[in-house]
Amino acid sequence: MLQRLKRQKKRFYDCSINKSENRGEPFFLGRMTKRKDKFMIRDITIGQYYPADSVLHRLDPRVKLIGTIVYIVSLFLFDSFIGYLLAGAFLFGVIKLSKVPFRYIMKGLKAVLFLLLFTVVFNIFLTPGEAIFSWKFITITKEGLRVAAFMAIRLVFLILGSSLMTFTTTPNQLTDGLESLLGPFKRIHMPVHEIAMMMSIALRFIPILLEETDKIMKAQQARGADFESGNLIQRAKAMVPILVPLFVSAFRRAGDLAMAMEARCYHGGEGRTKMKPLQYKKRDYTTFAVYVAYLVCIVVVRKAF
Amino acid sequence: MNMMIKAKNLIHEYIRRDEEGNVESIKRALDNVSLDVKKGDFVAILGHNGSGKSTMAKHINAILMPTEGTLYVGGMDTKEDDHLWDIRQSAGMVFQNPDNQIIGTVVEEDVGFGPENLGIPTDEIWKRVEESLKAVGMLEYRSHSPNKLSGGQKQRVAIAGIMAMKPQCIVLDEPTAMLDPNGRKDVIRTVRELNQKEKVTVLLITHYMDEVINADKVIVMDEGKVVMQGTPREIFSQVEKLKSYRLDVPQVTELAYELKKAGVPLPDGILSIKEFTEELKKIIR
Repeated sequence: MLQRLKRQKKRFYDCSINKSENRGEPFFLGRMTKRKDKFMIRDITIGQYYPADSVLHRLDPRVKLIGTIVYIVSLFLFDSFIGYLLAGAFLFGVIKLSKVPFRYIMKGLKAVLFLLLFTVVFNIFLTPGEAIFSWKFITITKEGLRVAAFMAIRLVFLILGSSLMTFTTTPNQLTDGLESLLGPFKRIHMPVHEIAMMMSIALRFIPILLEETDKIMKAQQARGADFESGNLIQRAKAMVPILVPLFVSAFRRAGDLAMAMEARCYHGGEGRTKMKPLQYKKRDYTTFAVYVAYLVCIVVVRKAF
Repeated sequence: MNMMIKAKNLIHEYIRRDEEGNVESIKRALDNVSLDVKKGDFVAILGHNGSGKSTMAKHINAILMPTEGTLYVGGMDTKEDDHLWDIRQSAGMVFQNPDNQIIGTVVEEDVGFGPENLGIPTDEIWKRVEESLKAVGMLEYRSHSPNKLSGGQKQRVAIAGIMAMKPQCIVLDEPTAMLDPNGRKDVIRTVRELNQKEKVTVLLITHYMDEVINADKVIVMDEGKVVMQGTPREIFSQVEKLKSYRLDVPQVTELAYELKKAGVPLPDGILSIKEFTEELKKIIR
C-alpha cells in the first residue's frame, strides 16, 4: 500500500515533467500511467470477475475448479525446461481463449510481487551448491539461481492460472461450483452451503472494502496523516488509524447485509432453488478430455526428462 | 381485506443490558403507533432523525418484533413465526445503503437472489428477473457488475431484486439518502411507476420533502409517535407545526407561506411550482 502511494506520487511528479519517463517501469505498471490519477488501491485485480463472452466464461464452474487444481498440481510434477514450456503454452492458450486482456491479468501479479521477490531472494541465497559468486558471507550458487528462477515461474503460473479462474467465473458460479463439488461432505455435517455463501460474499466485498480503505487513507492524509516516512514500525503504527475505522465499517456493513439478506427471505441452503443450475454440457466433457491430455503430456515429460 | 399494513398500538423498546444482563437503559423507539396503509397506496413517512421511522419499517418486514401491540401485514400477524417468510415475501424492503444490500456480483444474479430463496423454479426465476429489471429500467445492465453502477442505478437494482419476489408492498427506508439529485429523481420515478403500473403498495420513508408531494398519504413521526397524518396538501399547509417537528416544507410551499404571511392572498398548501404560478397569475389579474 505504501509503496503504491509512493509510486503514485512519484508518477505524478514525473508526468508533469516528462511523460515518457515512466516507460522504464515494470511492464505491468508502465501502462498505468495513462490513468495515473485514478491509479488506486482498488486496481488490485486478483479475485475479480472480468465480464466477457468466451468459451471459458461459459464453461461449468466445476470444470474450471477442477482444471485449476489439475493445473496447480501439474506445476509441481516436473522440473525441466520443457515442462515449463508446456505449462506456459497451456496457460497462454487458455488466456487467449478467455478473452481477458493480457495486461489486465498481469495486474493481478502486483499484489503478490513481494511474495515473489521474497521467494526468489531466499532461493538465490540459501540454496547450497556450486558457488558462482561469493562475497563475505553472501554466496550465490548455480543451483540457487536455477531453483529461484523455476520457483518464480511456478509461482507466476500458479497465480495466473488461479486468477484466470476467478476472472472467468462469477463468484456466484464459483460458489455454486464449490457447493456442488463439496456436496458429499454434507453427509458429515459440513456446512457446505454456508461456507460457499461466505466465500462469495467475501469476494463481492473486496472491491468495496478496498475503495473504503482508499477513502479513509485520503481522509487521514487530508488531515495531515503521514503514511510514508519513518521506519517500518512507525509506518505500521500509522496504519492503525486506517484499520480501526475500516473494521468498524466492515462490521456495520456485515450487519446491514445480513439484514438485507434476511429481508429477502434468505434462510440457508434448504429449499433454495438455483437461477443458474449447474449442468455439464458437451464443451465441459471436451474440457475434461483436454485436462487428461495435458496431464498425460506432463507425466510423459516428467518421465522422459 | 384491503388493508396492507395495520398497526395497533405498536410499541418498540430498544433495551440495553450490561454484562450481567441487567437493564441499563430503555429507549422507546415506537410509542403507541397506530396506522393503516391501504392496498395500492403510496404512503410516505416523514420524520427527523431518531423519530422511529426506520424502526417502523423494520417491523413491517418482521426484522424487529413489537414489544407491545400488534402489526398485521397483509392480514398476517408479524409475531407469528409461521408467517415469517410469507411476510417477508409480501413486504419487500429496500435499505439506505445501496452497497450493503446487493448480494450478487452480477446484476441479474442479485435480482435472482430473492426468488432463489423462495424456492421458485429456474425458468420462472429468469422470467421474473427479466420482468423486474425491465420494470426499473435496468435491463440493459443485466450482465454488469454492481460495483460499476452509480448509486441511483444500484438502488434501482435493489428495487428490482425486491420486485422479483412479487411483493404486494415495498418498504423503502430512506432509499435516496446517499444519492445525488439525479439518482434520487430516477429512484423516486421508478417507485412511482411501480406503484401506478404494477399496483404495488409503497411505503416510502424519507426526509426529503420533494419526494412526498405526490404521495396518497403522508404520515409524520416524531419521537416515536405518529403526530400528523393526511394528504400532502393537508400536511404541508401546517408549516409552523411541521417546523416544530424539525421538518421543512418544499421550497415553493415555504415561499407561498411566507408571501401569505406578508399579506399576499394565496391559499394554503401549495405543493408545486406550476400550482404556485397559476395562483399568482390569478392574483395579478
